[in-house]
Amino acid sequence: MMPLSRRHLLRNAAFSGLAGLLPSGAALAAAPARGGRLVVAIDSEPPVLTSAITTAGPAQWISGKVFDGLLRYDNDFNPRPQLAQSWNVSPDGLSITFKLRPGVSWHDGKPFTSADVAFSVLQIWKKYHSRGRSTFANVVSVDTPDALTAVWHLSSPAPYILSALGSPESQILPKHLYDHGDVLTNPRNIAPVGTGPFRFVEWKRGQYIALARNPAYWDKGKPYLDQVILRVLPDGNGAMTALETGEVHLVVNPPWADIARVRKLPGIAVTRSSGFTGALAAFEFNLDKPYFKDARVRQAFAHAIDRDFLVKNVWQGYGEAADSPIPASLSDFHASNLPAYPYDLNKAAQLLDAAGFKRGANGVRFSITHDPLPVGQTYKRSAEAIRASLARIGIRMEIRSQDFAAFVRRIYTARDFDTFQYAASAGPDPAIGTQRFYWSRNFQPGVAFSNGAHYLNPEVDRLLVAAQSESDANKRRALYGRFQQIVQTDLPKIPLVSANPVHLSRGIQAFSVDAYGVMGNFADAFLVTA
Amino acid sequence: MTLHIGNVEKVPAERPFNGFVRPFIRSRRHGYVKFVARRIAQSALLFFLTILLTFALINTAPGDMVDVMAGDSGGADPGYVQLLREKYGLDKPLPVRLYNYVDQLAHLDLGYSFPQSAPVTDLIADRVGPTLLLMVSSLALAVLGALILGTAAAWNVHRLTDGAVSVLALLAYATPVFWIGLMLILVFSVKLSWFPSSGMETLFSGYTGLARIKDIAWHLVLPAITLSLFHLALFTRLLRASLLEVLRQDFVRTARAKGIGEWRVLGVHALSNALLPLVTMIGMQIGASLGGAVVVESVFAWPGLGRLAFEALNARDTNLLVGIVLFSGLVVITVNLVVDLLYGWLDPRIENV
Repeated sequence: MMPLSRRHLLRNAAFSGLAGLLPSGAALAAAPARGGRLVVAIDSEPPVLTSAITTAGPAQWISGKVFDGLLRYDNDFNPRPQLAQSWNVSPDGLSITFKLRPGVSWHDGKPFTSADVAFSVLQIWKKYHSRGRSTFANVVSVDTPDALTAVWHLSSPAPYILSALGSPESQILPKHLYDHGDVLTNPRNIAPVGTGPFRFVEWKRGQYIALARNPAYWDKGKPYLDQVILRVLPDGNGAMTALETGEVHLVVNPPWADIARVRKLPGIAVTRSSGFTGALAAFEFNLDKPYFKDARVRQAFAHAIDRDFLVKNVWQGYGEAADSPIPASLSDFHASNLPAYPYDLNKAAQLLDAAGFKRGANGVRFSITHDPLPVGQTYKRSAEAIRASLARIGIRMEIRSQDFAAFVRRIYTARDFDTFQYAASAGPDPAIGTQRFYWSRNFQPGVAFSNGAHYLNPEVDRLLVAAQSESDANKRRALYGRFQQIVQTDLPKIPLVSANPVHLSRGIQAFSVDAYGVMGNFADAFLVTA
Repeated sequence: MTLHIGNVEKVPAERPFNGFVRPFIRSRRHGYVKFVARRIAQSALLFFLTILLTFALINTAPGDMVDVMAGDSGGADPGYVQLLREKYGLDKPLPVRLYNYVDQLAHLDLGYSFPQSAPVTDLIADRVGPTLLLMVSSLALAVLGALILGTAAAWNVHRLTDGAVSVLALLAYATPVFWIGLMLILVFSVKLSWFPSSGMETLFSGYTGLARIKDIAWHLVLPAITLSLFHLALFTRLLRASLLEVLRQDFVRTARAKGIGEWRVLGVHALSNALLPLVTMIGMQIGASLGGAVVVESVFAWPGLGRLAFEALNARDTNLLVGIVLFSGLVVITVNLVVDLLYGWLDPRIENV
């Protein structure tokens, strides 16, 4: 006689038609189990363990477990309560009132209050967060009528703020530990005290970062895991091996080439984050170079780049061909019926002929250089594919390589380039993720990932500025629709592929449950023993 | 057999280069002190040049720390970039920065690493142990292997053993280290599950004492072998060549003529004299071993200095990189000093004064 386990009962319940009473079939297959140690592979260590003062990827996704944000976002980008229980934007859009969750305490036992919120917005994000400086530029003051109410006053409406209050983007720091001394060298930056589901325990550089369950977490019963260990495995192959041998449970953004092999192994699942953690890869022109002054040349490039081929062969199918700087995943803003540039080498050749760039005696129209973002192999492979296509329409492209620092300096300060390729997050809102690349005011030599093309279109500027402070969602959508039409005609950069993070996992469930994907707080994540 | 042994007892005086003990004690102590003092003075100059060169190299590479940090941030504004440059003193001209650095160093302060948010001394101290452990064990493996293989090859010169050793050495010499590492992982971790694939110890195992030492040794096997293969090849070929050279010399013939057993001739008379070039090479390879460890440390996620240096370089983290170079320099200079002193012990003909 088999002992009746909980799982056994649940399974029988499902077979006997009771499944409808339970939330979903998936929940049945894996009821959350308490306890256990989750080991996650990370390929590089963060500069600090709070994203309140940096937007470096590793910092964002590790500190998201230690800190909660005011809000979180479901998979459809709707804001949901986290440290703020409710929020209310005044009709004129000039103030936002947050009611904070009562009974929340910092990991050192001190209560979390509105003073922490006011301090973080005004003294931290507005000063030290590279994106926060613009996102929260309009916040002029914060009133704290009581410990659980924070009223933000804005100089002009900033609807995108409500998309930027998740933990990875805007972390509330404890005022009592940060209100003295230098923020950037505060010792708490590497030994953080948060309010999130996991407490910081230890950071052994070069080896691991250890987090442990916060027993006093406000969401009773969560988190399920006892420990989260972020193991530093700098080599992608090494991380895959550790997954195979069971030394780690989760690898995020594995080397593309290995996915096909490892996904066949028993017990290993391939999933993708949804929401705004994805990156949009683009091919960008230096518009100061004579070849690229003519929009027809840029359109010819667009016709000569086979984005479906890139998705299939470079991104191994884990991406979508992009047709707009606002990817389809940002469905509130993505416009349809945009100018399309299907892969068509004849069309490309005609456009180049029309622009006056005929083939020379050796069949070459002109030669250019290309600098792919030197992070991983993706952009280099993609550049190689593009080079082959361009060669067929008489454009010779030389691919250069350098390290990250040299790349940033070359493109954004020295401006010593013809074309380059990179990927950047387009979210969480076009005012934050898209505007920076197209707004002429953001042509800022010396500043990484600004308007590197040196694109200037007064109409685009007008649309972007209007959309930035438009409170009416429909009008805002229309403004961004018009914007997409124009920039996809002008093509200062060609959107290539939008891709969300891919995860390879083994024995771990519910680690990516909302719009921040694996950057979320892991409060729902649990281990399943095979 | 017994006859041989009896003869051997009489020959020490015949080991022409080993009658050094008394002269060393009598006349060289003073010389050694002078020698060490001079070497330390030379090293100080070397250190200064090292600082200058490293500082210049990292600062003339395109892009600085702020480019990387702002770039990592995926966007910023000029005010932010300016703020960071001022904060880190990068807005000042290069000579001023160099002066500030040397000044700080004169106060025995290696500075603060902004990209790592920690004092450089702490960062280096964390990595010294693992790096030295890996370096020393891989060099020991290489030397031990070379003694066996090199001797076997020289002994069986132009025979099958010699050929096999030569081919193996050539392969080990020419195969990229990362590939060897990955293959060892594939075979011994993934397929056979004999050794762990990465890391220096089992995390949160709670091991202490002997159990912990055993655990670390277990983790050390694959990375140490990987790192040692290149040097093993180098040392083997060197030892073979120098043994062949020595075996042709008169004193070996004399030893044989006196009826000393072949093993004794080879192991004591020839080998001790063939070791000199090997010792030189080991001294030289210490530096290379520190550098070559970057790849092995990455593949095996070994928490060593090589990886830290690589990160520092990519982040244009001057304080950290110069700190590591200085530390490595200290190790290399110390080891070479020891090697020089060893020469005198191995071969008293070499004058250290």
